[in-house]
Amino acid sequence: MKLIINTMTVLLILFYVNTSVAGPAATFEFRDEVTKIRFQALSKELRCPKCQNQNLAGSNSPIANDLRSEIYELLNQGKADSEIVNFMVERYGDFVLYRPRVSALTYILWFGPIVLILFGAIIVTVIVRRKPVEKEDLLLNTEQQDKLKRFLNK
Amino acid sequence: MTKLIRFLPLILVITLGFVLYRGLFLNPQDMPSALVGKKIPDFSLTVLKDKEKLVTKANLVGDIILLNVWATWCPTCKYEHPYLVDIAKNKEIKLYGLNYKDKRNAAQQWLKHYKDPYQFSIFDEKGSLGLDLGVYGAPETFIIDHHGIIRKRFAGAIDTRIWLKEFQPVIAMLIKERAQGK
Repeated sequence: MKLIINTMTVLLILFYVNTSVAGPAATFEFRDEVTKIRFQALSKELRCPKCQNQNLAGSNSPIANDLRSEIYELLNQGKADSEIVNFMVERYGDFVLYRPRVSALTYILWFGPIVLILFGAIIVTVIVRRKPVEKEDLLLNTEQQDKLKRFLNK
Repeated sequence: MTKLIRFLPLILVITLGFVLYRGLFLNPQDMPSALVGKKIPDFSLTVLKDKEKLVTKANLVGDIILLNVWATWCPTCKYEHPYLVDIAKNKEIKLYGLNYKDKRNAAQQWLKHYKDPYQFSIFDEKGSLGLDLGVYGAPETFIIDHHGIIRKRFAGAIDTRIWLKEFQPVIAMLIKERAQGK
C-alpha cells in the first residue's frame, strides 16, 4: 500500500514538473509540431540576458518574454534556426548562447579540459615509468647490520 | 627541481584562490555590448512628446551623444534622473532619451514632474529599437560618437561616481578624436 502511495506521489511530482516546464510556451500557437519543437529547442539553447542563470524557456522576466515572442515571430517568418541564433548574438553577444561558439575567446573553455587531462596523463606516465628504486639500496650493509644487532641485543 | 614540484600544488591553490577571489567582485551585469563598434541600428519611431513627429537614425548622428534608456516603471531611472538633468548641462554632448516599453501619457507626466533633460525622447512602446540595441532592462546608457557608432554601453544607474569612472574618460577621448578630425 505504502509503495503504491509513494509511486503515485512520484508520478504526480513528475507530471507537475513536466507541465510547469511547458508553461511559458503555452501561450503560443504553432502552425505545426516541428515549429513547436524548434521553438522549444531555441528557447532552451538561448540564455536570458537579465537573469543570467536561466534560459529563455525557464525565465519569466519581461525580457525573456520579449525574446520568446521574437523567436516565435522569426519562426513564423520562416527564418532558419541559425539565422535566429545569429539575430540574437548580433544584439546580445555570444553571451546568449549556452553552448559558446569556438573562437579565440573560448578556446580555453573548449580545449582547457582536454589539455588538463593530457597534462595529468603525462604526469602519471612519468611517475609510473620512473625507474623503481633499486632493491639493493634498501638492504642493510654489513656495518648497519652489526649496528642493528647491537641494538637488538641490548 | 623536486623541491619545486613539491610546492607546485600550493602555488596552484594560491593562484586559483586569487582568481576566484577576484571573481567575487566582478559585476555579472557588466557585459560588453555586442553593438560596441557598430552603427546605431535603423529605426523609425515617434517622439515622446508628439505622436505625429517621426525620428530616425539621421536625427541622432552628428554629435557626441548619450542615449539613455528609461521608463516610468523603472525605479532606478528615478534615482538616476537628477544626475541626467545635471549631465544635460554639458555643452559637449547631447543627451537623448529612449522611452522603453512605456505608456506615452505616464512618460510625459514624468518629464513634466521631474524636469526633462533630453533633447528629445524616442518613444519605443514595443521595445523594437531596444531589441535592436540589445537592451534588456532600464536604465541603460549608450555613448555614440559623431559618426553614429556606438562606443560604450552601460547598464545600470548613472551617478557622480559612475559618471567620472565610466563616462568621462570615453567622452574626453571622443572629443579629442573629433578635434583631430577623425
